[in-house]
Amino acid sequence: MENEFSIEVRDLTKMFGGFTAVDHISFEVRHGEIFGFLGANGAGKTTAIRMLCGLSLPTSGKAEVAGYDVFRKPEMVKRNIGYMSQKFSLYQDLTVSENIYFYGGIYGLKRKVIFQKTEELLEKLDLKHARNTLIRDIPLGWKQKLAFSVAILHDPQIVFLDEPTGGVDPITRRQFWDLIYEAAKAGVTIFVTTHYMDEAEYCNRISIMVDGRIEALGPPAELKTRFQSQDMDEVFVKLARG
Amino acid sequence: MKRFLGFVKKEFYHIFRDSRTLLILFGMPIAQILLFGYAVTNEIKEAKIAIYDPAKDEITEAITQRLIATPYYQLGAYLDNMEQAEEVMKANKVKQVVMFEPGFGEKFQRNGTATIRIISDATDPNTANTLQNYSQAIILGFQQEQQAAAAQGSMPQIAVQTRMRYNPELKGVFLFVPGLITIILMLVSAMMTSISIAREKELGTMELLLASPMKPIQIILGKVTPYILLSIINASVILIMGYYIFGVPIAGSLLLLSLEMILFIVSALCLGILISTVAKTQQVALMISLMGLMLPTILLSGFMFPIENMPGILQIISHIIPARWFIVIVKNIMLKGSEFMMIWKESVILMGFTIFFLAVSARKFQVRLT
Repeated sequence: MENEFSIEVRDLTKMFGGFTAVDHISFEVRHGEIFGFLGANGAGKTTAIRMLCGLSLPTSGKAEVAGYDVFRKPEMVKRNIGYMSQKFSLYQDLTVSENIYFYGGIYGLKRKVIFQKTEELLEKLDLKHARNTLIRDIPLGWKQKLAFSVAILHDPQIVFLDEPTGGVDPITRRQFWDLIYEAAKAGVTIFVTTHYMDEAEYCNRISIMVDGRIEALGPPAELKTRFQSQDMDEVFVKLARG
Repeated sequence: MKRFLGFVKKEFYHIFRDSRTLLILFGMPIAQILLFGYAVTNEIKEAKIAIYDPAKDEITEAITQRLIATPYYQLGAYLDNMEQAEEVMKANKVKQVVMFEPGFGEKFQRNGTATIRIISDATDPNTANTLQNYSQAIILGFQQEQQAAAAQGSMPQIAVQTRMRYNPELKGVFLFVPGLITIILMLVSAMMTSISIAREKELGTMELLLASPMKPIQIILGKVTPYILLSIINASVILIMGYYIFGVPIAGSLLLLSLEMILFIVSALCLGILISTVAKTQQVALMISLMGLMLPTILLSGFMFPIENMPGILQIISHIIPARWFIVIVKNIMLKGSEFMMIWKESVILMGFTIFFLAVSARKFQVRLT
């Protein structure tokens, strides 16, 4: 099971009727890497991420996540990943600690472990005073950081973040990325999709998807050189225009 | 199991922290049973009638007295001529006009037949019908007495006795309690379940649950369990209120009644899950539940309107409404004290629905994941 890559994708394809949403994509992500998954709206990012999380079955191709085939062993994959969706994913009418407890519970963590982790987490996020506050009453930035922390509460090997920083101010985004770096340093593989090109610069490697295919893949610096661009924005626009 | 309990606990947080949900769950059943029990009733009391009596003999006086002596009628006016009948009715002074023909008593004595014309204000057809029936019954009763008196035992008389069984006072609430139980169970089980699942989809938390190691079946069970419990509590509240406040009997076995209720709850829950697989938002789930489930359940199940009186096509449609069968079952158990052998047919049909919905919803939910 020990293997160099935490995600390995070969010719992964998803078709909806006659429409090919994801068209034979292949890539690998190493352990502890921050992998940026970029693309315009409708390029197929979310479909790809859903397949990798075992939420959707591929039409053809092969994908291994955390050493397990997503096609054959989706339960094992789900046990070893964390997921934060683009829609906001904590329960608004539950308090901070109830949310943590609930998500710890559905991942099968023991009560004692959950309580201990809750304390650590509240300490780290400086949210101790808000433990019994309903999620709907705390600021968006905090919610986002809390959602990320909850997604890695069960110590997954990989965490999938689907546009985690939509609608958040730059300072909070910066703080959010600090959390991501911290998790990556602790060995968690980060698979993140984003619209913000400055965030793409934070990634170790990025791939850019256009019309269901991966058109470019590599470290941000290398891509900028290859496409003779000043910044990632320019790389993206050049690729997206074809 | 611990995961499951945590899930159920979360679901209860949702329910108890939303005042609207609470209101629908607990306020509505109580409000409805009080409304149906006290306000909505088919019984008519002290309706005003007008009498046109050109004969003014012993017999017409006797009939008039008889009508007015009942609690149903109250004398509104004596008319001097037939034209006034139209006036008093248009002016909304009376609901019914009773007209005797001239020389009524004499004809009755001599020929044995005489005519009374009863005219009812049918702008409200139900009231008109009921009043018509009341006065016919009263006059018929009078006539039989007269005939019996005239015959003086020389000729055997057939005495027609009518009797209303199981609900001798014709209390509307006897029918409404079984109907209400049906509606409330449908509402709580199907509508609330579909809305609560659609809510998870709308908020994006469903994705998260599906990405977790929880199996879809665990998620579904976790979502429906609280509503099963609440449905049972609601049904009990209605039964208890019906029994203690309105005196609706529970003649049959309580155990059988409970089992049939659980069967119906499960089939309603499956319908709720089915709706939630189609509906992406709470609004859509609500609309489908209201139009697709609540309206047919209220209108076509025999709760509001007798199925026998519906046009043929609607009668056929009513067969595919689970509530139709369930109401029959509940009515028979509660009012007639029926045993299982008397309602096995309805029960088998209901079970068939339940199994069918269970299979389809399980399949639908699986398909949605791919």
